[in-house]
Amino acid sequence: MTINSLIIEALQIILVIGLAPAFAGWVRTLKCWFQGRSTPGIFQPYRDLRKLFSKEVVLAHNASWIFRFTPYLLFGTAVLVGGIIPIISVDLPLAATADVIVVVFIFAIARFFLALAGMDIGTAFGGMGSSREMMIASLAEPAMLMAIFTVSLVNKSTSLAEIVQVIYNTPPELNPSLAFAFVAFILILLAETGRVPVDNPATHLELTMIHEGMILEYSGRHLALIEWTSMMKLYLFTSLAIAAFAPWGIATKGSLDALPLAFGIMIAKLGVAGLIIVLIETGLAKMRLFRVPEFLGTAFLLATLGMLSFFMLD
Amino acid sequence: MEFTIDTASHVINFLAALLLLTSFAMLAQRKIYGLIHLFVWQGIFLAANTAFVGFMADKSHLFISAILTVGLKVFLLPYIFYKLIHLLDIRKEVENVVNISTLMFIGIGLVIFSYYLTSPVRELSTLMTRPTLAIALASVLIGLLMIITRKNAVTQVIGFLAMENGLFFAATSATYGMPLVVELGVALDILIAALIFGIFFFHINTTFDSLSVDQMARLKEDEPDE
Amino acid sequence: MNLMNNSDILFLFMAAPFISAAILILVGDRKPAPEINIAGSAATFAAGVALAIEYCAKGPMMNFGHLFFVDALNIYLAVLTSFVAMTTAVFSRKYMRQEREHGRVGHAAMRYYHVMYQMFIFSMILALMSNNIGILWIATELATLATVLLVSLYRTPTAIEAAWKYFILCGVGIAIALFGTVLVYFAAEKVLGEGGEAMLWTNLNMVSGKLEPTILSLAFVFLMVGYGTKVGLVPLHNWLPDAHSEGPTPISALLSGLLLNIALYSLVRCKALVDGSTHTDFAGSMMMAFGIMSILVAGFSILRQKDIKRMFAYSSIEHMGIATFGFGLGGPLGTFAALLHLLVHSLTKSAVFYTAGHAALMHGTQEMDKIRGLFKGNPLVGWSLMLGVMALAGMPPFGIFTTEFLILTATIQQAPLWAPFLLIGLAVAFAGLIRVVQPMVSGEVPDYQKPVAAAHLPVLVHLAIVLIIGLYIPDFLNQWFNTAVEMLK
Repeated sequence: MTINSLIIEALQIILVIGLAPAFAGWVRTLKCWFQGRSTPGIFQPYRDLRKLFSKEVVLAHNASWIFRFTPYLLFGTAVLVGGIIPIISVDLPLAATADVIVVVFIFAIARFFLALAGMDIGTAFGGMGSSREMMIASLAEPAMLMAIFTVSLVNKSTSLAEIVQVIYNTPPELNPSLAFAFVAFILILLAETGRVPVDNPATHLELTMIHEGMILEYSGRHLALIEWTSMMKLYLFTSLAIAAFAPWGIATKGSLDALPLAFGIMIAKLGVAGLIIVLIETGLAKMRLFRVPEFLGTAFLLATLGMLSFFMLD
Repeated sequence: MEFTIDTASHVINFLAALLLLTSFAMLAQRKIYGLIHLFVWQGIFLAANTAFVGFMADKSHLFISAILTVGLKVFLLPYIFYKLIHLLDIRKEVENVVNISTLMFIGIGLVIFSYYLTSPVRELSTLMTRPTLAIALASVLIGLLMIITRKNAVTQVIGFLAMENGLFFAATSATYGMPLVVELGVALDILIAALIFGIFFFHINTTFDSLSVDQMARLKEDEPDE
Repeated sequence: MNLMNNSDILFLFMAAPFISAAILILVGDRKPAPEINIAGSAATFAAGVALAIEYCAKGPMMNFGHLFFVDALNIYLAVLTSFVAMTTAVFSRKYMRQEREHGRVGHAAMRYYHVMYQMFIFSMILALMSNNIGILWIATELATLATVLLVSLYRTPTAIEAAWKYFILCGVGIAIALFGTVLVYFAAEKVLGEGGEAMLWTNLNMVSGKLEPTILSLAFVFLMVGYGTKVGLVPLHNWLPDAHSEGPTPISALLSGLLLNIALYSLVRCKALVDGSTHTDFAGSMMMAFGIMSILVAGFSILRQKDIKRMFAYSSIEHMGIATFGFGLGGPLGTFAALLHLLVHSLTKSAVFYTAGHAALMHGTQEMDKIRGLFKGNPLVGWSLMLGVMALAGMPPFGIFTTEFLILTATIQQAPLWAPFLLIGLAVAFAGLIRVVQPMVSGEVPDYQKPVAAAHLPVLVHLAIVLIIGLYIPDFLNQWFNTAVEMLK
């Protein structure tokens, strides 16, 4: 653990926290352009967060400690994962504590508490949102793990840092297992981050809300933290996909001067990723809830096919 | 273009994986037009694979097979199906006996089963297409699954044709294709079968006024009337 | 590669039905069509006999550069096939004319019927004489395709249903058999090199010891399921009762009497190959198991039947089960008996179908409850039915009794534990058949019974042959069978 790596670690965490709203803003802007609306700009999420932080927190009388604790927990988990996934560099001391499977479960803890918080107050919409979220989770999690397993099998490690190294060291090739896992991962990304076609992030119709339903009762700084977390979640999932499937550009051990280049490449990749997400979102309509299991079943199937292909096709 | 054996295997494996994907996609399809499009894609992947293997293994008769496949399965058969669906005014949805998620799981089970079943062949084969025999058998079995679980005659036939695709692929994977005269005969058989299917659909539609297979369940022992 | 003599007669034998089909396309539904059909079939039979004589003189032969061949097993079935095709054509002439008059078939359908009749014969002969296992497969599929629309010729709902089931189930079965064929080619390629040579029976039989046993066992499973579906073995038999009862009676006779033989022939050749490779009785045991199941299930199903042709279709399943069992048993006695069984069953079954067709025409229905008083109404039909069913059930001195007895003996000698099951199946079928024929032939003539112009000759000829075989087996037949038994060891 050198000073360099500590600096890189700190830089990356600040990057994640600081850049996530911009990425969310980029996605919203693209969506506006595609839908022919005028956009409030990429930096609007920052303004929204500032507004929320300055507002007063309104709590229900029967809110328990879970309700108050959850926003901080969520933010914390997002920051933690931000320190583990290689975004600009592989040289992260925190990465030694957790491999990619732990990352999945950190997200699971966050989701668990959010669901509890949604039910905490006892409103109908909160409960509905929570139960829907858990249903999606029960299907998305196996699919995600299957996709992760496939990637790990192909790259012979579950540690993201090592996966990136392995991908650097082998010549690029058409690997059907990875192709299947990649498509599966995109589907799961849409489900986990609550985007169309699984959940509409901009909806305010209570009967169609999933994520929005759980956070309906939050206000003030709590809401700010939760919004920030969901922006970071989108950022982190995208970075996870980039790290697992297309990591070229991420700086390898030690070198601080490769960072600016890595940063630039990262911005470019995120731009493209945002574009792909928006293309999918604009092209598809939100599915009815009972079709979501099929959607996730397809993701699971693709991931399983990827794993089977790995074994069957040597 | 020079290909090493390694890259060649990758390409072949990739095409095989795409073929398997189309088989599963056919299982999950809800619309008949979707099924036909997927069948076209299957034909394209199959022809590409055959041509590529022919190129790598230096077997010119595989090129002829590939051209036949394209002509038959990418153009002629889908065209016949389009015409039939239009003429017979067939319902555009696919009805299943079992729901789609269960079908997917059974499909995965069949893939694993095929892998296990073809292991003796895999041990002995020295061809570069060695690993793809399991996928070929899986495609055959998934085609069989489609025939069993579909309620509409047209969709059953597409399942049957998907089975034939799998068999053709199996021939290419196990042995670089059978002798040309045999492959020609098989293609002829498929063509005649398709024509007979077409005629059949007309008969079924005229007699039953629908192509639902449920209607055709009258021949049983315990029915006193016929 | 031993040199085999070339045979031009072989070419004539295969070309005759094809040319007849071509002629019949042009003739269509005009008056001479049934006569041309008979003439074409007679020509095929004549060529077949000439081929047989040539075989007795010269031994095994080939043509088309090793693609087609003649040996003891297929010459016997070839002569049988062409003979039954000829007599059925004779029967079909009068029968279909009456169906035409009743309005059950139209012009286009009749033209199609005649053309496909010859094409069906052509494909069966192609399958028999083929030396290449791929062409065998193609010809078998062709035979299925030729008959599908014949089964649905009457265009009733049940006929279409039967044809559809036949098509799908046999199509699936054949596809599975193709996979087995690919596996056999895969194993053969290793020893014989690539290309057409590795698909020839003659080559395969020579090197069967060197073929990889695991691959061949796996291949045999697929081939058993695939060709077994076409033989109508339980549990893959669902299509058979429907298909054989719904089509026109001549077609039912051909399907039951001939096509099942062809499928079993393919299976037997595969079994010989697999035995040569694995040196275990894996293949034989599988065939015995399927055979016994078919005998038992079919036997008990016969008891429940109400439609006469359906009942005889189940009887076909049973007899095919007996033959499969015999082939599976192996050994000189079992194989000899099974070979003979194919002969007598074809003749008896077709004769019985002819009579059933006559009876159905007379009463306007195929239901056995409604068929009565045949002795009084048309004594020749009545007696043919009685004798035919007795022969079918295995009553001495008809041929089927001989073969069933031989197989039973072989079973007790080689595999005594199977004998009780065999006996039960045979007994149940016997009872089932005899039980229903009695009320049909005796009693008063019902008022809806119509006279029918019956073609008696084919029936009588067949039954006579079966009777003679039951008493005495001609020398050349003996010789052929023994050579075949040697080959199939």
